[in-house]
Amino acid sequence: MSQSHRIDGGLIDRSRALHFRFNGKTYQGHPGDTLASALLANGVRLMGRSFKYHRPRGPISAGSEEPNALVELRSGARQEPNTRATTAELFDGLDARSQNHVGPLSFDLLAVNDRLSPFFAAGFYYKTFMWPKAFWEKLYEPMIRRAAGLGSLTKEADPDLYDKGFLHCDLLIIGGGPAGLAAALTAGRAGANVILADEDFVLGGRLNAETFTLGDASGSDWASATVAELAAMPNVRVMARTTVLGAFDHGIFGALERVSDHLLQPAAGKPRQILWRIYAGRSLLCAGATERPIAFENNDRPGIMLASALRSYANRWAALPGKEVAIFTNNDDGHRTATDLLAKGIKVAAVIDSRKTDAPRTNRYEVLAGALVSGASGRLGLSGVEVRLPGGETRTIACQALGVSGGWNPNVHLTCHQRGRPVWDEALAAFVPGGVLPAGMSVAGAAAGTLSTAGALSSGAAGAVKALADLGIRAKPADLPEAEDAPVRIAPLFHVPGKGRAWLDQQNDVTVKDVKLAHQEGYVSVEHLKRYTTLGMATDQGKTANIGGLAVMAEMTGKSIPETGTTIFRPPYTPVAIGALAGRSAGKDFRPTRLTPSHKWAAEQGAVFVEVGMWLRAQWFPRPGETHWRQSVDREVLATRKSVGICDVTTLGKIDVQGTDAAEFLNRIYANPFAKLAVGKVRYGLMLREDGMAMDDGTTARLAEDHFVMTTTTANAVGVYRHMEFCRQCLWPDMDVQIISTTEAWAQYSVAGPNARRLLQKIIDPAFDISNEAFPYMGCGEITVCGGLRARLFRISFSGELAFEIAVPTRYGDALIRRMVEAGKEFDAVVYGTEALGVMRIEKGHAAGNELNGTSTALNLGMGGMVSKKKDSIGSTLSEREGLNREDALGLVGFRPVNPAETFAAGSHLIGKGDVANAANDQGYLTSVCFSPNLGYTIGLGYLKNGAARKGEVLRAVNPVQNAETLVEVVSAHFVDPEGERLRA
Amino acid sequence: MRYSGFKVLKEALTGHKGWQPAWRDPAPKAHYDFVVVGGGGHGLATAHYLAKVFGRSSVAVLEKGWIGGGNVGRNTTIIRSNYLLDGNEPFYEFSMKLWEGLEQDFNFNAMVSQRGVLNLCHTDAQRDAFRRRGNAMRLNGVDAELLDTEGVRRMAPFLNFDSARFPIKGGLLQPRGGTVRHDAVAWGYARGADSRGVDIIQNCEVTGFRIENGKCLGVDTTRGFIGAGKVGVAVAGSSGRVMAMAGINRLPIESHVLQAFVSEGLKPLLPGVITYGAGHFYVSQSDKGGLVFGGDIDGYNSYAQRGNLPVVEDVCEGGMSLMPMIGRARLLRMWGGIMDMSMDGSPIIDRTDIDGLYFNGGWCYGGFKATPASGWCFAHLLATDRPHETATAYRFDRFRKGLMIDEKGMGAQPNLH
Amino acid sequence: MIIPHPLLGPRDSQEFTYLGDADLIDRPDWQAENAADRFYEYLYLRDNPAGEHRELWFHEQGDRSWLVVTRDTVTHEISKVELARDVARARGRSK
Repeated sequence: MSQSHRIDGGLIDRSRALHFRFNGKTYQGHPGDTLASALLANGVRLMGRSFKYHRPRGPISAGSEEPNALVELRSGARQEPNTRATTAELFDGLDARSQNHVGPLSFDLLAVNDRLSPFFAAGFYYKTFMWPKAFWEKLYEPMIRRAAGLGSLTKEADPDLYDKGFLHCDLLIIGGGPAGLAAALTAGRAGANVILADEDFVLGGRLNAETFTLGDASGSDWASATVAELAAMPNVRVMARTTVLGAFDHGIFGALERVSDHLLQPAAGKPRQILWRIYAGRSLLCAGATERPIAFENNDRPGIMLASALRSYANRWAALPGKEVAIFTNNDDGHRTATDLLAKGIKVAAVIDSRKTDAPRTNRYEVLAGALVSGASGRLGLSGVEVRLPGGETRTIACQALGVSGGWNPNVHLTCHQRGRPVWDEALAAFVPGGVLPAGMSVAGAAAGTLSTAGALSSGAAGAVKALADLGIRAKPADLPEAEDAPVRIAPLFHVPGKGRAWLDQQNDVTVKDVKLAHQEGYVSVEHLKRYTTLGMATDQGKTANIGGLAVMAEMTGKSIPETGTTIFRPPYTPVAIGALAGRSAGKDFRPTRLTPSHKWAAEQGAVFVEVGMWLRAQWFPRPGETHWRQSVDREVLATRKSVGICDVTTLGKIDVQGTDAAEFLNRIYANPFAKLAVGKVRYGLMLREDGMAMDDGTTARLAEDHFVMTTTTANAVGVYRHMEFCRQCLWPDMDVQIISTTEAWAQYSVAGPNARRLLQKIIDPAFDISNEAFPYMGCGEITVCGGLRARLFRISFSGELAFEIAVPTRYGDALIRRMVEAGKEFDAVVYGTEALGVMRIEKGHAAGNELNGTSTALNLGMGGMVSKKKDSIGSTLSEREGLNREDALGLVGFRPVNPAETFAAGSHLIGKGDVANAANDQGYLTSVCFSPNLGYTIGLGYLKNGAARKGEVLRAVNPVQNAETLVEVVSAHFVDPEGERLRA
Repeated sequence: MRYSGFKVLKEALTGHKGWQPAWRDPAPKAHYDFVVVGGGGHGLATAHYLAKVFGRSSVAVLEKGWIGGGNVGRNTTIIRSNYLLDGNEPFYEFSMKLWEGLEQDFNFNAMVSQRGVLNLCHTDAQRDAFRRRGNAMRLNGVDAELLDTEGVRRMAPFLNFDSARFPIKGGLLQPRGGTVRHDAVAWGYARGADSRGVDIIQNCEVTGFRIENGKCLGVDTTRGFIGAGKVGVAVAGSSGRVMAMAGINRLPIESHVLQAFVSEGLKPLLPGVITYGAGHFYVSQSDKGGLVFGGDIDGYNSYAQRGNLPVVEDVCEGGMSLMPMIGRARLLRMWGGIMDMSMDGSPIIDRTDIDGLYFNGGWCYGGFKATPASGWCFAHLLATDRPHETATAYRFDRFRKGLMIDEKGMGAQPNLH
Repeated sequence: MIIPHPLLGPRDSQEFTYLGDADLIDRPDWQAENAADRFYEYLYLRDNPAGEHRELWFHEQGDRSWLVVTRDTVTHEISKVELARDVARARGRSK
């Protein structure tokens, strides 16, 4: 396959051919190519279709500002929509397809939109599609949605890995062009810790695209020699393919390194991309500048591009979009393209310079001074331009490529990421950094409006010296080669007046007319303009479009550009893969998984596990023959209540509280009294938030005068600990109390059931008497088990049975479960999971997460009397507010079906028997429901208005989302052993 | 000027010469019966309904910048009325009903798109809570469907059902929920109000309230004093700053930044709005094709309209873990808006202690969907001095009295709502 | 953001959990005559300044100290960081 448009020179490796496919056709390029340069070299100018009108488009740029040449890169699960051909590095086997067209790229059926464009003016959709009303979702919107969008995802999971990393440096240099390289040399030689990041795969910026010399060397040779010197410095990290995407608070930057995007697929175990968080003492923005176009009729024809891009393709990539080239410029820089192309033997048909008197004159090519390009022909590829001469006559110039230069915009983006608003520079006719820059940031080179190479070099070096001086590091500017130092000579021109459509935002198809229409309709502020016309909202974020739109609006309002507004930029600098921002926290690794001490044993038993917060807990333990979860759970419950069951309760929060003021501290943390709890005793505690709502509950054991062990619910362990530290440090700073979370230090098991004591007696060392007399209900103590292993024993019960909780250091948790199961064999002991735990606590009427939902008071929970009025505790004062103490306040009660064969569900609402089921008649709701294998029917807990007084009443539990309704009777919440005899056995 | 398909056709054929400004640009008058401070969605809606429903035409909306430049122009565009509590649900359903007729009301296509809002649940307890909420909605006459895992899979087969850290156990679907083209809401209300004689005055910053003998007589602005019979403040995000000018220095509100995100345009991918129940992530796809998504607030007091990287990463982690197909879609733009985070997560539409000064704020990050009802109810309060029947709970004194409307049960910590 | 911890030096704010206005240190006396009102104001009303704000951060993934950070809510600039315990004592809190 011939590379028909490849010329001599360039920074490509011609010794190797790379094969790639575009729209199914195979081409060849070389290492160093981008997809765009390789396609151009193969004579392909048409690369995509625009968003709205489906206009045929080719690249207008050679960089990340590209609006047009977007492709779907790769295929299958790795398909990447909207990838810029201008930055996609060519690799062998690359496969790309153009996007957003129906039918072949050269014959897009949706291009009919272009013919209908008068109907699709800016904001047309706000004014129509309203009738008939129902047609929006059914007809108009689906139609619009199908036509809209750009590239597509395959809906397959992204197979690649993404990593995150953290870097620290004295000086972050953003951009590796002449300014950035000079800065890095200066800072690197001074010994500073430097990061130099550039989005390109070759550092050097425009030095690689220009024919200037730096001293005796070509620009690209100087750049590569400088990079080599920097790379050899241990204190300098040179990061190519790395885009600094945003400037965040306090000198923190996000940067995306594309580790593997230039490969067919990532090497085994390597990430596709890395998101770096860079902590920089100082930063120097050397991001260069972006050339801007001039709008004229049909200025979007494939083959029309920025003059500098044309130069880049010719000089760096030895590729040209056409054999005959014309230039349209309003400044001297456009002439550079003509000069460079001529030097390469390319025919320059003419340079159309809008400046009548200031246009440079030369006899090397024809200069049409004071002329304007007023039109272009060649729908699928430029064939010629129409030029309006100063006298008014027009002339047609045949060409396949047109380079357009409207001047350069400094890349101020990162200076705006916080509060900086760029300011207008009259001489450059462009915005330069202004306002308050992100802390520690300064700007050098073209990004600061210093557009010459010599200026970039010296300002980069000076910028580094100054930034390092702030940090107390002395540096002297690197000695720099001589370089061009041409002044900027420009006569602002943003669009050529005319009747046809002239494109400002090429991707979103926003034309000069659209901006005028926006003005006509009063959408004159930049924000309105943007939102009404979609100017600058495309994937290129308006890098080449915004300023033109602003200029047209300024013209319409009769104000200057800076008076009309500025455009500020938000992160990211260029779009970032969502996968990269997520890093490894995806799939199963979304959050850490906490395993209980008995996990391994439970897994061996074939337990079914369930996510409880970050924990994975055994939900039930199926036995052979059990085909439904209820069979397992019922068995576990019945066996526990009949004999004994064991459950891993390690996930409950444990907080160790010590100090001479520990008792008083707890007395204030809990709503009920704790000061007088005896050593060796445990007490249930209810903890309120300051607003009087129940925060958490649990038990706290007093192991010694100055030593308590608190348990919290699994869900609230972290929050309760934080709250207690707040109380300790901020409210009562002089209390002698120390706390630490010991949740993961102790493995804790509940042993419950009539044979609990007998089982434990086989485990606990004989020196410890755990008889009912010696170790009564709510007793606790430090003991040893299994021949001397220290342990803690608490006689507490969540199930309502005679029960203990036994704790050993976590590393013995696995051994203990195995030992207890062995010891329990003679009692037919079971190990039960969270489901059986839940059933038994509902049977016993204990509140849990469903009841402690953040809107329940002690009164709601039936524990109003527990809130001591005789002491100060968190939440006690505000719990007395009238709204929380209404007569019809919700109260926690039990429910059972009137017909025991019927069932009902948690989340059902309670409606009076004869009442209509509506919100006005809502009496409360069911919080927790289960089947009680002991009672043989479904039972529930729930909140009912004035519940305590309504026992015996029959209500409807309505569940309209499941079309269910059941008659239920209000009963005590204590379904099993209401007198508590078993606990005390 | 009325918009219609016919008008679009006619203008297309005649060079679009006939379009008039979408709303006038009047100079402020010396006095209005009603001055609404804040040209955002809520302020403009208030003015629209004051004029349309309550027949008051001496109304001005004062906006310090350009209308719609605040949160109505920077949100994730979701509308829904899937609330649990009595204090909220009728209000949000009222709002939903207004959305359903809005475009015909103000003659502007705001692209109200009821493609459904699906909240996912990942634990049994969450499913119980959804059942309770869905039933509360149904008892209020609002549509709600409880889906099991298979039901979710049918709607959104691309979700992570196989290797999720937190498996999808079902979802609560409100079919009438959806999205609206947010900017168009501000513009539509502006047009609606303007056409009924309301003066929308842009670039007019309120610099003070003129208060004499406990009565508010008007506002000082950068365009001079403007007298008012009643002044309504609807500047959520800046409530603290603006009310301080009236001497009300302490409110049950903190200002926090919420970030939102949009991806590059993609061909249709998502059916409606999907929210993740095990992480901070909610997403829909705009008509233009971008994935519009968000997560939690940054979590610290802020008046800066920008956030920080950790939350960006947290949101994308949620997104990737829920729908691993989006890994290669690119985040195009992020932005931040300032939220009035209230002490119970619910708003305030109430009189103040200053006669003639009324307050609308505390919308947390749910203000967009509330825009129509908020406007209507605030207009009702301004016009009649009585709260609208769906907004009776949104009072300042509810905290003092213990009548919080706390959907999430998080208590008096604004950054948790 | 980076929080310069008085004991540990600069730490990423991601290690911390935020609570809110440092006035939450000034918990009212439960026996005061107007305790109900004072608790209401303490818990529910905020100065919410646009500018310098003293606020509580908890070094949850660190040394578990509560800090009082003085930070500008407009620029996010941090001008001072103290141990909350020291601030509490300075404001007269003890046991």
